[in-house]
Amino acid sequence: MTRTRRGRRAALLGRQPIGIAFVTPYAVFLAAVFAYPLGIAVYMSFHDWFFAAPGAVVDRPFVGLDNYAAVFTDPALLRSFLNIAVFLVINVPLTVGLALVLASALNAAIPFRTFFRVSFYVPYVTASVAVVGVWLFLFNSDGLVNTVLGDLAPDPSWLVNSALAMPVVAIYVTWKQLGFFILLYLAALQNVPKELYESAAVDGASRVRSFWTVTVPGVRPATTLVVLLATITGANLFTEPYLLTNGGGPNGASASPVFLMYQRGIEQGEAGLAAAIGMVLVIGVLAISLVNRYLLERD
Amino acid sequence: MATRKFHPLRMLALAVGALMFLFPFYYMLVGSLQDEPDSTPAGALPDPGNLTLGNYADIDERLDLGTTLLNSGIFTGGVLLCTVVFGVLAGYALARLHFRGRALLFNLMLLVQVIPFQLLTIPLYVLIVRTYGLADTHLGMILPFAINSAAVFVFRQYFLQLPKELFEAAQVDGASELAILWRIALPLVKPALLTAVLLTFIGPWNEFLWPFLITKEADMQPLAVALANYMSNVAARASNPYGALLAGACVLAAPVIVLFVVFQRRFVATNLGSSVKG
Repeated sequence: MTRTRRGRRAALLGRQPIGIAFVTPYAVFLAAVFAYPLGIAVYMSFHDWFFAAPGAVVDRPFVGLDNYAAVFTDPALLRSFLNIAVFLVINVPLTVGLALVLASALNAAIPFRTFFRVSFYVPYVTASVAVVGVWLFLFNSDGLVNTVLGDLAPDPSWLVNSALAMPVVAIYVTWKQLGFFILLYLAALQNVPKELYESAAVDGASRVRSFWTVTVPGVRPATTLVVLLATITGANLFTEPYLLTNGGGPNGASASPVFLMYQRGIEQGEAGLAAAIGMVLVIGVLAISLVNRYLLERD
Repeated sequence: MATRKFHPLRMLALAVGALMFLFPFYYMLVGSLQDEPDSTPAGALPDPGNLTLGNYADIDERLDLGTTLLNSGIFTGGVLLCTVVFGVLAGYALARLHFRGRALLFNLMLLVQVIPFQLLTIPLYVLIVRTYGLADTHLGMILPFAINSAAVFVFRQYFLQLPKELFEAAQVDGASELAILWRIALPLVKPALLTAVLLTFIGPWNEFLWPFLITKEADMQPLAVALANYMSNVAARASNPYGALLAGACVLAAPVIVLFVVFQRRFVATNLGSSVKG
């Protein structure tokens, strides 16, 4: 009798139903700050949703795909997507190249190994707001970078030059996050079988050659991950265009989609449009991570 | 370990890398101590005649470092507390217990980590500020970050690595799951727990966008937000704008850097596995 009752309960709730109690706070949290807002975002993005006085009953009509159409026709937003493309074109190759070289250099018994590891990782753990302060100091028109460059300094200066603002943002982000990717590659290098290096050496391959034929293919899963994470970073960019280039300047040359989401949604009250921007980015990020997973599982 | 051979090229690459990473931090400190901002190459070296702590007094006057640091502390502490308590419970259940919905929750946890929080900013703003009226409160700041999904994932990995027999023996003895978690599993993963706590600390301490959106009152702002507002509004009009700004940046950066340097061993991915198994 008890056995069948227990059996039936197990069929309904699982063998250890106490687990449900353990995960309830986390499940509620995910529902409240993830699933429910996602639902609201979908709803808002299909309506002419604007902020009204608390308690006021306002009409927020259904507008179909109007907000999405606006996302893809608004020149400022199209510019921000282009900016993210510029960001990725600079960030991804630099990150992959530098992180892989530094991780390989670090992956040996060398003096001061801890010192190097810590120094590479420090920018990653430090608040962007704090580090942006120094970069402003370094790259402003009479900053150290320009005084060192002298006559070679760009005019207009880095952060107010529409051709250079986005590249500086991209280089800043690469610099700030490189430490994380060095650690990622360092972990990936542990999975490359030592025998492959030995047999490459037996075949008379040089160090550089074995780097290309053994190391680079050996860490491919990590490289695919870099692309995914760089895209997510690009889709998320806010602090840097807001502070480093003073609001995505000059003339939106370094504006990011999240920055425009903030500007349109919170500053100008077009929350429906802002929600649509967010949805487009969510779908973009999900699509890229699915492609990423497909590429990883293919081999 | 292999003999420590000296590879000049390898060392050169690493040294150049270290210089690139550390120089801005050094320059942040030097700049924060300069009486007159000096952006010539010579200014990168501390000049005893041009040193002052005045910038720190200046930024304290403008931002009230005590209050803003306290706000950062409450924000970070709240997230840590929720993540450790509820995250450990969830991680343990996901690793060790069989219950309905486990696979669903696990997949949701992975999905949440792919979709960046920033992209849900607008609906969260509507929900937390408009619907619940939590603007300018610590609770409103903490809520969206309360349980760090990456930490839940890490906790689950730690608990998965513990030997099964340990749990079976305790279950036979009739211990409750909570007792097993508290008395057997937790002590074994303590070193790993510290790593997860350190990693979780960095997020809210450095977070800018969310607290920036929901705090308009200066005495509710965390330091990162107050400093950013100073940077974009006030700095242009101050006499030595960069000095005070860099002083604030040093105060914001110092706690995380100190924690990181002290506990740097805990930040290595490969150590995570061995510290649990060992």
